[in-house]
Amino acid sequence: MEHQSTLERWLRGIALSLVVLFFMFPIFWILLMSLQTNETILRSPPSMVFTPTLNNYAAIIAGRLDSNVATMSIEFMRNLMNSFILSAASVAVSLLLGVPAAYAFARHKFRGSEDIAFTLLSFRFAPPLLVLLPLTLYFQELGLANTYFGLIWVYQLICLPLILWIVRGYFEDISPDIEHAYRIAGHGWFATFRKIALPLAGPGIAAAGLLAFIFAWNNFVFALVLASADKQPVTVGALAFVTASGIQYGQIAAAIVLSITPTLALALWAQRYLVEGLSLGAVKG
Amino acid sequence: MSRITLENLTKRFKETTVLDGINLEVPEGTTLVLFGSSGAGKTVLLRCIAGAIEPDNGRILIGGSDFTDVPPEERGIGMAFQNFALFPHMSAFDNIATPLTARTLEKSAIQKAVDGVSRLLKIEHVLSHKPKALSNGQKQRTALARALVSEPKVLLLDDPLRNVDAKLRFEMRLELPRLLADRGATVIYVTQDYKEAMALGDRIAVLEAGRITQIGTPEDIYRRPANIDIAKLFGDPTINLLDVIPQRDASGVFATLSDQRIPLDDGYTEFVGEDCVLGLRPEALSFAESSKAVPVTVEAETPFNEKTVTLVTTLRKREILLSRPAGTPAPSSGSARMAIDPRGAILFDRASGNRIDPKSTASAEEAAA
Repeated sequence: MEHQSTLERWLRGIALSLVVLFFMFPIFWILLMSLQTNETILRSPPSMVFTPTLNNYAAIIAGRLDSNVATMSIEFMRNLMNSFILSAASVAVSLLLGVPAAYAFARHKFRGSEDIAFTLLSFRFAPPLLVLLPLTLYFQELGLANTYFGLIWVYQLICLPLILWIVRGYFEDISPDIEHAYRIAGHGWFATFRKIALPLAGPGIAAAGLLAFIFAWNNFVFALVLASADKQPVTVGALAFVTASGIQYGQIAAAIVLSITPTLALALWAQRYLVEGLSLGAVKG
Repeated sequence: MSRITLENLTKRFKETTVLDGINLEVPEGTTLVLFGSSGAGKTVLLRCIAGAIEPDNGRILIGGSDFTDVPPEERGIGMAFQNFALFPHMSAFDNIATPLTARTLEKSAIQKAVDGVSRLLKIEHVLSHKPKALSNGQKQRTALARALVSEPKVLLLDDPLRNVDAKLRFEMRLELPRLLADRGATVIYVTQDYKEAMALGDRIAVLEAGRITQIGTPEDIYRRPANIDIAKLFGDPTINLLDVIPQRDASGVFATLSDQRIPLDDGYTEFVGEDCVLGLRPEALSFAESSKAVPVTVEAETPFNEKTVTLVTTLRKREILLSRPAGTPAPSSGSARMAIDPRGAILFDRASGNRIDPKSTASAEEAAA
């Protein structure tokens, strides 16, 4: 790194800025939109100069959608809460089930283990719409339609394979000798799992959990079909912004900002552990 | 009671047989060195004893009781791994203390035991460091301390000096025998370094392709290797191997090298006319003026600290290495003559590679009759 010429450093800086600009611009633009009224958003040509307003946020938090014709109530904050409950609970259940399973698949090769692991992964290949129709019928019969429990169950289709496969890779990367050493030192297999395997795969588990959380948060189609108003997450709830009298761009933008904030915050917080995980790999030998 | 007995131990991975019916007995309080090239099955054998790998067949007895199906945590064994296998998220202190925390000792007792063993191994100043911050030598000592701290009756050491630098390896080779003797534990020590094997082992077991091909004292293995492969593994520079066909005349059995007779034991009568390989240890050869010595041409000389190794060729361009104490006078080029100490000569059967022992004269006569 120290041997880079000034030109190289400049080019690198420019390239990085372009990438950042490309990926961050939409988010930046939405942030700007959320601070404007519908009129300033829609003027042509668009301008960066405007008087910022927090009205959009106020309307969303108060649950009143003001259009130029009428006022209707929306339950955006409730949707946000639903999203949070559904995603967090799904990831928690997936971690509880997936991490021990991943450990089993990584450490104990038994007859058919590879097939079972692959079958679980294949749930992610199947188009959700394929399973939704029969699922809806079953859920209605079982009384699971429009319950948190039912939704969290279905969300396992998204979270479980993801966590299982990512965490399995991390467990496989831990030298089995390290675990053998702990057992030979006199600790049982469960203590070894808890004190050695779990902490060492920790960064991987955090990464998988974060990814699963984001996937669950962004899910649309399961919740659209299986949940009605009071259990809907933000992805479905956002449909309410398309009204008969027009589209409230400012409020949609504010809603988007509010709905990406939790995942963004989670990612920033988890980043510490992810980076730590990368450097932990260098200990071998 | 910590005698280790292995009975017909067999392990296969898919189609490959890694351990092929190993029978081994290590008496209490002695050190057995398990010696062999990479892939011979040394590490697998050690792991079977530790319980990290389950054998397909056979029994493992420690102190006379069957441990084959006992989980590793209940075997009470101390083990040091070749790759150290330290716990990267724990400090050196916690690493060393793991065998003690399993037995729920009091904090002060753990502290005392860890302090003791780390003072012995000179790592007391790095106890608070994570393995990442330790040098290779410190890692190796930490791993060794972890194996020793609970004073186990059985110690398994898997090539612990493999990944440390030459200076430390030399120091540890001197320290370890005393350390192991002090503990009075039964030790199995794996290595690929013949000097380490000779320095540390009360006995050496040579493992080749999953079978034990020879067990004996270091002296035995060096003087009387069971076959050509073992002869080549022990000794630096390696043994000289010459294809010969023993002959016999009125004065006895002999082989020829550069038209000169090399007298052999008369017990080899049975092998006259057979294809054999003559093994000559480089230090059994010396330069001499005698007319009976073998004429050779000196090709190159490599001085080491304590000895000088000379490469010579015979009349038929066979290369031979000759080793002599440094400082002894010798021709450095051109023609010379080489004397052979017959006590350093070992005869092998060329087809099987096995060592041939001279039959005592009486039995040789019987065979002739």
